[in-house]
Amino acid sequence: MDNIWLQIAMAVTIGMMIFFLFPRAMHWMKNGPKAGQGDWMAAVIPLVAVVAFVILLVMMV
Amino acid sequence: MNRFNQTIAQPAQSALAVNKVIKNTYMLLSATLLFSGVMAMVSMFFAMPPMAYLISVIGAMLLGMFVLPRTANSSAGLGVIFLITGMLGFGLGAILTLYLQLPHGPQTIATALGGTGVIFLGLSGYALTSKRDFSFMGGFVFAGMLVMMVAIVANIFLSLPFLSLAISAGVMLLMSAYILFQTSQMINGGETNYIYATYSLYMAIFNIFISLLQILGVFGGDD
Repeated sequence: MDNIWLQIAMAVTIGMMIFFLFPRAMHWMKNGPKAGQGDWMAAVIPLVAVVAFVILLVMMV
Repeated sequence: MNRFNQTIAQPAQSALAVNKVIKNTYMLLSATLLFSGVMAMVSMFFAMPPMAYLISVIGAMLLGMFVLPRTANSSAGLGVIFLITGMLGFGLGAILTLYLQLPHGPQTIATALGGTGVIFLGLSGYALTSKRDFSFMGGFVFAGMLVMMVAIVANIFLSLPFLSLAISAGVMLLMSAYILFQTSQMINGGETNYIYATYSLYMAIFNIFISLLQILGVFGGDD
């Protein structure tokens, strides 16, 4: 990323994205449904599988 | 009798609407991914410079923020989603051109592409068949996105290799969680607009591919 103006444009665009996403994030954190028993475990298992799969891919390349 | 019929009919109609959203989303997602691939090949054919990637991403983000919300409920939204995915595909082509010049570039690209496909299909299949509602992950996913975006802005100017790798790993995990969340939203009626659903899933796939490409590039000794 050599072009400083492009870097600034990218930073400004992501800044706008943060501005857009912030109310949505706050809404989900305050009003989103809470996890029941076993819900986090059910979500963590596939995510750990993704990490293991990426490690496998790294070892293959 | 009327009341009985209504109670039977409402869940059936709801299930039909959900199935329609899921079917339309995956059909549109397939079409946009294909179009994106074609645009990437066009970009590679013309050997676009890396600058094209940044310009395309900035353009796609602006369209996603300002134009898509105004058109997502009309047929114009289809044109916008193809414009966004086409631009991202075109930008991706510039990155792929760079990777192809590296010693293990083609292998890295093929592995990242295959890996992204396996991750997306695996997570979507899991969310569709597990019958769990992953809506509770919304707060975690969106808060995580905010943190990642702040880190990305910082690293645009700092250019720290370690932070860049940490961002790639974080984005991969967050986008994986987002696929679970978004698929669950479609199943449970939280997302009824297939254009938005396609945009969300496309962005997750795109980010996973870019992150995986970087991780494999670094650990494969190509970066």
